[in-house]
Amino acid sequence: MKTFRRGGAHPEENKLTNDCSIEVFPLPKQGIVFVSQHLGAPATLVVQKGDRLKTGQLIAKAEQFICANTHSPYTGTVSKIDFATDFTGYKKQAVYIDVEEDEWEEGIDTSKEIISDIKLDSKEIIEKIKEMGIVGLGGAAFPTHIKYMVPPGKKAEYLIINAAECEPYLTSDYRLMTELADEALIGIEIMKRALGVEKALVGIEENKPSAISRMRELAKGFVGIEIVPLKTKYPQGAEKQLIYALTKREVPSGKLPIEVGCVVNNIGTAQAIYKAVQKNKPLIENILTLTGKNLKQGKNLLVRIGTPMQSIIDAFGGLPHDTGKVISGGPMMGKAISDLSAPTVKTTSAILFMSDKESSRKEETNCLRCGKCITVCPMGLEPIRIAQLAENRLWEDAEKAFAMDCIECGTCLYTCPAGRPLLDMLRLSKTNIAELRRQRAQK
Amino acid sequence: MSTIIFSILVLVLTATLAAIILYFVAQKFKVIEDPRIDSLTDMLPGANCGGCGYAGCRSLAENIVKNNSLEGMRCPVGGNQVMEDIAKFMGLEPEESAPQIAVIRCNGGAINTTSKIKYEGVQDCLYAHLNMASEGGCPNACLGLGSCVAVCAFDAIKIDPETKLPVVDEEKCVACGACVKVCPRNVIELRNKGIKNRRVFVSCVNTEKGGVAKKNCSVSCIGCGKCVKECPFDAITLNNNLAYIDYKKCKLCRKCVEVCPTGSIHEINFPPRKEKASVEA
Repeated sequence: MKTFRRGGAHPEENKLTNDCSIEVFPLPKQGIVFVSQHLGAPATLVVQKGDRLKTGQLIAKAEQFICANTHSPYTGTVSKIDFATDFTGYKKQAVYIDVEEDEWEEGIDTSKEIISDIKLDSKEIIEKIKEMGIVGLGGAAFPTHIKYMVPPGKKAEYLIINAAECEPYLTSDYRLMTELADEALIGIEIMKRALGVEKALVGIEENKPSAISRMRELAKGFVGIEIVPLKTKYPQGAEKQLIYALTKREVPSGKLPIEVGCVVNNIGTAQAIYKAVQKNKPLIENILTLTGKNLKQGKNLLVRIGTPMQSIIDAFGGLPHDTGKVISGGPMMGKAISDLSAPTVKTTSAILFMSDKESSRKEETNCLRCGKCITVCPMGLEPIRIAQLAENRLWEDAEKAFAMDCIECGTCLYTCPAGRPLLDMLRLSKTNIAELRRQRAQK
Repeated sequence: MSTIIFSILVLVLTATLAAIILYFVAQKFKVIEDPRIDSLTDMLPGANCGGCGYAGCRSLAENIVKNNSLEGMRCPVGGNQVMEDIAKFMGLEPEESAPQIAVIRCNGGAINTTSKIKYEGVQDCLYAHLNMASEGGCPNACLGLGSCVAVCAFDAIKIDPETKLPVVDEEKCVACGACVKVCPRNVIELRNKGIKNRRVFVSCVNTEKGGVAKKNCSVSCIGCGKCVKECPFDAITLNNNLAYIDYKKCKLCRKCVEVCPTGSIHEINFPPRKEKASVEA
């Protein structure tokens, strides 16, 4: 079975919502849409207070290079433009929309019909991806069209599709592959054409046999799309690990996947690209998993972006008893939500309820020098050493210890028997090293 | 016997030769150091806190001697007394500046805010700030995890266990500014100590709109501007929904304290007000 080279762990899978089919979540009364929901430069707002918006209308325009458009997921009037708290607690500029019945922007095809004929050429596809505000739905929200503009001198050989879904609890990609596999595969075909590559590799963890067989069956109708089962091991879906598992190529430190001829995208992005290119539909909705051990009935929901999390939670019976933390995303890389009134964003993949006991940290004790964090680190770093440097605020030394290569997967923190805050310290050093580099660049 | 004499002779000869070589080498590579650096280092407090902006006391002394001026070089720990001594020694004019003290500009803490989230991550302000872990909901509030306590070389800051806010010991604080630099939320400011240690300042750094700020914290500045109107010396400015009192202009009249509706303007070390007490009675 294919897998990445070193490290990794296998946390309890807890895929509780595997058998729940995707349900459409009703429109909320008020939608809060962040102006910028991507990594990079902020987008420029193009609507004003009092404007009437149609579903799919442009709200914010990308005017810089690494930037993405944002569209209105609702029909209704802009009641105010103000700062709203996002799930991490940061205040960001958002558009508040009083939601009415859907009235779609002209040109958007809302029918369920599958269109498999691709009419556009590479340049037009990339332009379309940019126009429809597609960002990487794997979690980082990197504007997708940038990945398809291969820098001169580099050549893409493989399109790699991440369908591993290695995070415990999450099932949205799995449901997507069982229910909407045809759309996703056409999406992959479009991406292949945009890149001009012959081969696309779809990596799926072996704990999803029905998704693998369904995708394999449908992939027979396409040329050059290979479905590859991968070992169930966290973090199988991390970009660099996935590239190694599928192609045996290693991305050099500090470089992008294109260095080894690969472009990586999530399966969710593939489906979003299908909708954007074939149906003219901007990225205004995503599939999220509502899950948790104490939740009576988990769900896989198709939710419009900008739906307040509180309204989703309320619609299914409120917070389950003994909830210690509500997490946006999976338990390994997700972030605890500090304010439940925060709306969903383009990359919200799950709302996870964890009980007090499940979510609380181990008591912090002294390092045992067991070296487990070094064994499990999929990037081959020494988390404990970097953590020590960070505790002493030695950012330059941390940089020399390759702290910037950390992918923040959290395997070290999950494994540490002494409960050391390894990931926290790695994150802290990454932020400070980034700051140092910015200062250096200014000089 | 001859062995002993021979070995003594060899040793004496080697020693003499080595001494001659060493003498010439020392002459050749002599480092001429200004003796004033040593004297200045002795004058400075020797805390090596870095409050002056240099690596330590000796580094400051070296720079004073090298530039032969006191411009921009000041030991906050020693204060005017030490700077005067140094100026006299160097034959320069001392730069007078009022003694300063660190001031905590947040009064939220555990009493005036309601806890909204439970933070159990690393007990380090820097990291908590990275995660925007504001227990009370205010994005600018003091996190109360004591990074300033850890960095203080003079043991002058303590976290009050009741309010979970740092408290500056007026006797011990030397205004080196280490806590100001470390605080990720810019809650701490160096302000003039004031006449008889009396100070008036806005104990809030929240820049949110009034309603939002007030909802999270009962003692926040809501940016109403009453103090700006009241101030007879134009010492108060209002920026981003936050009032700021310029300590250089403030004449400590305390009129702003009376009009502040949320009580976010603090007065320290003033005698209790007489007239107001009689009105209330």
